[in-house]
Amino acid sequence: MTEIFAKTEVDRRTLLRRAAAVGLLATPAVGLLSACVGGGDDEPTTQASGAKSADNPLGIDSKAGVEIVIFNGGLGTAYATDVDTPLFNKKWADAKITFSQTEEVSTVIQPRINAGNPPDMINNSGSKLMDFGAIVKAGQAADLTDLFAAPSWDVPGKTVAETLVPGAVEQGTYDGKPFAMNYSYTVFGLWYNAKLFTSKGWTIPTTWADFTALCDKIKAAGITPFGYAGANASYYMVRALLTSAAKIGTEQALKDIDNLKPGAWTADPIKQAAQAWGEIGNKYINKTFLGLRHTEVQLQQDQDKVAFYPCGSWLENEQAKDTPAGFEYAVCAFPSVTAADKLPATAINAAAGEIYFAAAKGKNPQGGKEYLRAMLSKEAALGFTKLTKSLTVVAGASDGQTISPGLTSANDVLTKAGQDVFVGYLFDTWYKKLDDESRGAVNDLMFKGGDAQKFCDRMEKASQAVAKDSSITKFTRS
Amino acid sequence: MRHGKYPFIIGFLVVPVALYATFVVAAYLQTFQLSLTSWSGLGKIDYIGFDNFVKLWHDETFWKSIKHNLFLLILLPIITIVIALVFAFLLNVGGGHRGGQSRGVWGSKIYRIIFFFPQLLALAIVAVIFGRVFGPDKSGMLNGLFPASWKPWLFLADERYAMACILIVLIWQAVGFYVVLFSAGMGSISDDIYEAAALDGATRVTLFFRITVPLLWSTIQVAWVYLGIAAFDAFALVNIMSVDRGGPNGATSVLSLMIYRNAFDFSQAGYACALGVVLFFLTLTFAALTLRVTRRDSVEA
Repeated sequence: MTEIFAKTEVDRRTLLRRAAAVGLLATPAVGLLSACVGGGDDEPTTQASGAKSADNPLGIDSKAGVEIVIFNGGLGTAYATDVDTPLFNKKWADAKITFSQTEEVSTVIQPRINAGNPPDMINNSGSKLMDFGAIVKAGQAADLTDLFAAPSWDVPGKTVAETLVPGAVEQGTYDGKPFAMNYSYTVFGLWYNAKLFTSKGWTIPTTWADFTALCDKIKAAGITPFGYAGANASYYMVRALLTSAAKIGTEQALKDIDNLKPGAWTADPIKQAAQAWGEIGNKYINKTFLGLRHTEVQLQQDQDKVAFYPCGSWLENEQAKDTPAGFEYAVCAFPSVTAADKLPATAINAAAGEIYFAAAKGKNPQGGKEYLRAMLSKEAALGFTKLTKSLTVVAGASDGQTISPGLTSANDVLTKAGQDVFVGYLFDTWYKKLDDESRGAVNDLMFKGGDAQKFCDRMEKASQAVAKDSSITKFTRS
Repeated sequence: MRHGKYPFIIGFLVVPVALYATFVVAAYLQTFQLSLTSWSGLGKIDYIGFDNFVKLWHDETFWKSIKHNLFLLILLPIITIVIALVFAFLLNVGGGHRGGQSRGVWGSKIYRIIFFFPQLLALAIVAVIFGRVFGPDKSGMLNGLFPASWKPWLFLADERYAMACILIVLIWQAVGFYVVLFSAGMGSISDDIYEAAALDGATRVTLFFRITVPLLWSTIQVAWVYLGIAAFDAFALVNIMSVDRGGPNGATSVLSLMIYRNAFDFSQAGYACALGVVLFFLTLTFAALTLRVTRRDSVEA
C-alpha cells in the first residue's frame, strides 16, 4: 500500500489548489437547481380543451393525455394505478394517463415547473414536498373553483363540493380561491392499545384530573404514560398542545396564530395548554424520547412500553407490520384542560391532508382536474380507504365497511364529536420557519422543565419575526 | 504538426471547459445574482439589494452555524492529524528495526486495513450507524454498554454534547485516509535516516518528533487543507444524525445545512444564495490563507 501512494507524487501546491476547488464546488448547488431562472413565466402555447357538456363539465379534450405524478410514501401508489386510473379510463378511454411516482417531489417537480413543463396533476407530499404557498403565489397551481362546482362523478344531483366533509375545500383555499385538493382525512388524538386498556381496567379520561390520575396508575404499572419522538416528530406534540388550546379558547386561538396576530401565542388558551402539557412532560414522559425518532417511539408503544401517543390516523397503517397480535389501535379525543373549556371534551381536530393539485401551466390542466374529479368519486374514495386504511374527504364513502379497528375507532370519535370538529392550524404549511421554531420550543417545554411562559414568549417572538419579514409570502384565514 | 497544434489542444479542452463553465462558473454567477433577490425558489424574482446580507447579520442561527463551522475547522484537523500521525508511525516505524528495515508494530498489516475501512463506507451509512451508537436510551450502543444504574446519556439530543458527537464521527471516518496518506509519506523517508538515528540511540518518541514529523511536514499541510474544507461541509452527517435537523435548538446547525434548509424547506432561495456567497468567501479565505502559509514554509525549507 505504501509503495502505491509514494509513487504517485503530486505537486503539493496542485493538490492544495485542487482541495480548495473541492470545497468551492459545494456552494453553487442552489444556483444549479434553479437552472432556468425565471423560465417558468412563459405560458405554454396551447392547452388542451374540449367543449363543455353535462357529461364533460370541465370541458376536457377526450383525446388529450394526462400526466400524473404520485408521491410514493406511506400511502403507496396502488390507489392511483389500480383504482383511479382505471376509473378515469372507463369514462375517457382515449385519454392516455402517463403515470410516474417519486419519493422526492420537489427534486423532480420543481425544476419542471420552473422550466414551464409541469405534469398535469401532482401529488405534493412527503418530507420533500414543495412549499405550496409559494406555488400558489407563483401562479403555478390551477384554480379548482370549477372542479368543486362540477357535478360529482358518481353521486347524482350533487356537486363535488357537496359530497365532501365540512372544511375540505376551505383547507385548500388560499386568499379566497381553492387551489389544492386535500384528499385524505386525518383524525388527530391520543392513540392507545384498546386491548391493554381493557385488560388493566383503565378508562379513557375526559378531564385533565382524570388524565393525570390515569397517568399515575400507568406509571405505577411500569409503563411510560405519554410519549412522542423529539428527534423528528415533535410536531405531533405541537398539534396536541394547540388542540388543547383550541378546546380552551375555540379555534379562534389557532386562527390568530395563523394570521400572525400580535399576542396570539401569549394569549391565555395557549399559555394554559402549555402549562398543562409542560406538567405532563415533567412527570410522565421518558426523557430519552427527546433523541428518538417516531418509528422508535411507535415501536415502543407496540411493545406496550408507552401508553398514550399523540398522532394522526395514519398511525395504524404505518405500524401495520410491527403491530403484534395482542395490540388493537384505538384513538380518543384529548381531555378537557379546564372545567371552563369552550369546546366539549369530545371535540376533535380532524383535517384534510395530502395535497393534490393541477398545474396551471401544464399541457392539460382541465384533464388534471378531471382526474381529481374521478378521485373524489365515492368508488375511488372507498378504494383508497381499503388500500391505504386512511379515510378520505369524501363524506361517508366507507360507511358500513369494516376495514380495521383503528379506522373504526377514528370514525367513532368523529361521530361523537358531531359539529365540534375543527380544522386546526395552517401556519405549519404556510410558514415553515415558524413550524421549525415550534418544534424546538415544544421539545424544550416537554423535556426541559415545562416553562410555559418561555414557550409562549419564544413562539411570539418567532411569529412576529415572520410577520415583519417581507420576503415571506403571507396568508390569512377567517 | 505545427498546423495541427491548436485544433488538437482545443479538441482536448472544449468538453471540460464547457462542463466547467456550465456547472460551476454559470452556477456561481447565478448564485451571486440570486443572493440579491427575494426569490422563493418558484416564480417571480425581485431584486432587493443587500437586504439578505443585512438579515443574515441579524440571524442568530447564522452566527451559531458559523461558530459550529469554526469549532470543526479548528478541532477536526488537529485531532485527526494527531491520531493519524500516531497510528501511521506505529504501523510503519513503531516496531523498531531489524535487518536495516524499519517495521510497524506486530499485526500492522491487519490494522492498516481496519483503519482504512471507515473510508469505504458511504457517509450516509456511517451517519445511520452512529445514530444507533449514540442512541439516547438503553438500545443505543454506548448507553447499552454503560452500567444499568446510570441514567442514559442523551448524546445528540443534549445541546452541550451534540456537536462533539458529530465531531467524533467526522474524525472516526477521516482518520483511516490520513493514516494511509501519512504512511505513504513515511514510506518515502529513507530508512538510512532512521537507522542512523537509531544507532545514535534515539528512542521511538525522539524518532517521531525529530525525524518523522519534520520530514512529513508538507504532507501534514495537505491534510490540513483537506480537513479544513471537510469542516466547512459536514452537511450529510448533520442532516442525518442530528435531532430535528440541526437541533436541538440549532445546537448542530452548520452553514451547509442552513443553505439547504432555507432553499428547500423554507422557500427562501434568495437568502440561501446569500448564505452560499458567504460560504464561498469563507472557503476562499481559508484556502488562500493556507496557500500563503505553505508558500512561506517552502521558502524556509
